[in-house]
Amino acid sequence: MIEFKQVSKTFRLGKREVHAVKDVSLKVEQGDIYGIIGFSGAGKSTLLRLVNLLERPSEGSIEIQGVDVTSLSAKELRKQRRNIGMIFQNFNLFNSRTVAGNIAYPLKLAGTPKQEINTRVEELLRFVGLADKAKDYPDQLSGGQKQRVGIARALATNPDILICDEATSALDPDTTADVLRLLKQVNREFGITILLITHEMEVIQSVCTKVAVMENGEVIESGGVFEVFTDPQHATTKRFIHSVQQDLPSPKVLAEWRESGGGSLYRLQFKGPVANEPVLSTVTAKHGITFNIVYGSVRELEERLFGNLIVSFLGNPEAVDTAIQEIATLTDIEEVQEIER
Amino acid sequence: MNVDWTSFWPRIVEATGQTITMVIATLIFGSILGIIMGLLLFVTRQNNILENKFLFNLLNIVINIIRPVPFIIFLVAISQLTRLVVGTTIGTAAAIFPMTIVASFTIARVVENNLVSIDPGVIEAAQAMGASPLRIIFTVLIPEALGPLVLGLTFVTVTLIDFSAVAGTVGGGGLGHIAMTYGYQRFDASVMIVTVLILIVLVQLAQWLGNTLSRKIMRR
Repeated sequence: MIEFKQVSKTFRLGKREVHAVKDVSLKVEQGDIYGIIGFSGAGKSTLLRLVNLLERPSEGSIEIQGVDVTSLSAKELRKQRRNIGMIFQNFNLFNSRTVAGNIAYPLKLAGTPKQEINTRVEELLRFVGLADKAKDYPDQLSGGQKQRVGIARALATNPDILICDEATSALDPDTTADVLRLLKQVNREFGITILLITHEMEVIQSVCTKVAVMENGEVIESGGVFEVFTDPQHATTKRFIHSVQQDLPSPKVLAEWRESGGGSLYRLQFKGPVANEPVLSTVTAKHGITFNIVYGSVRELEERLFGNLIVSFLGNPEAVDTAIQEIATLTDIEEVQEIER
Repeated sequence: MNVDWTSFWPRIVEATGQTITMVIATLIFGSILGIIMGLLLFVTRQNNILENKFLFNLLNIVINIIRPVPFIIFLVAISQLTRLVVGTTIGTAAAIFPMTIVASFTIARVVENNLVSIDPGVIEAAQAMGASPLRIIFTVLIPEALGPLVLGLTFVTVTLIDFSAVAGTVGGGGLGHIAMTYGYQRFDASVMIVTVLILIVLVQLAQWLGNTLSRKIMRR
């Protein structure tokens, strides 16, 4: 659907060369909500702008539905861009046009007849819940409303792809949730493939099906959101996950636990169906030991449960050992070593 | 040696008409040239939609050469060119030519400054929607900058009223000519006062018109 093939982008700043994107290969399938996460300066914004060629790659190619966009003529590219809606962190609405005028703009570019434009604008305004704001100007709207207009404008020409440049970063948490719900709806109702970039792991966690983590212009880890969240490989990925998922108590609490002679701590992870089963209580009861949950959480990712518990076991040490071995056959368990961060 | 006002009024009215003609004609021709140059200056900037180093530098240098020259010196300096184009160096039409040249370069800078203040994100959004550079100029750049642009043009208009008086002193006609001949050369203070009052009224009128128009465009 969207395929980056060994794409690099180098900027020249005076005599210095900045490698914003380095040899990225990535495939976004039809219907995906693909999230690219990274700290600022990781190159994700540049990568996103390569999709509609607001930036041209220095090397490599970008294919959309099998067509290499870098080979298109200026005119063909303009036509292709109508198939790729884009929304922005700062909304980038035309202040000189009304809400309806903003949404009509891409349709006018496409040469749509006036009557059709009016019908489509009304339809879109209803879809984003701003039917009563058609004649308002952008400076009369709240941030969330502006982004809704941005989304309506991006959808006007019925694109197959929607790219989102930090679309929720300027919004408060409630409005962010609203806009994310709307994006999810866009994806489900119209089957539009969404590629978004963000520095907020909450965004990935709540809407994305796939994720790629970027650092220094490179994609360091990518895959399904559930897999990456439950089994992160790279330190940066772990940091991002830790930002939304309190998977370990703070170092201070951990140190206090150890000082008070609290004994060994184990981290158990339950991925998917096993999260529904009483693994801990069944096994500990069988071996005549008890357990104490020190810390933990269970959350939903891509509509699957993911549990993360820190527990200590109390009882006969031999019984504890055999119990741990048995648990290991059912789900992931590891002893909590020194603080990982 | 005071003038006889009953017979002098028609001359004042005529001169006011000449001044207004000079200013409006200059504003029209100067705006056409100035807006084109200002737009070119903006779009040919580095990293802009029609980046062109050569054209940008050329325009930039030409504007910087013309703008610092005091108007009265410029007027005299290009009098040969004025004679070539207009056929004479005396009269209202002959004043409009140098005024238009100076105005267009000033307007070019005003236009450029207003365009620079447009959020680049808005231009990027239009590009992302598949708008061609020409389309962006007419449907994004001009409408987005129109409010401040009208204020800028108002400012230029007031300057032009000033220029028209300067042109009047060297044969351009209008209120400047009257004020010089009667007020300066014949020491008639009443003529001087009347022309100054008319100039003040013209400036006020232009400013009021510009403010009202820009407020309407910017909706505040």
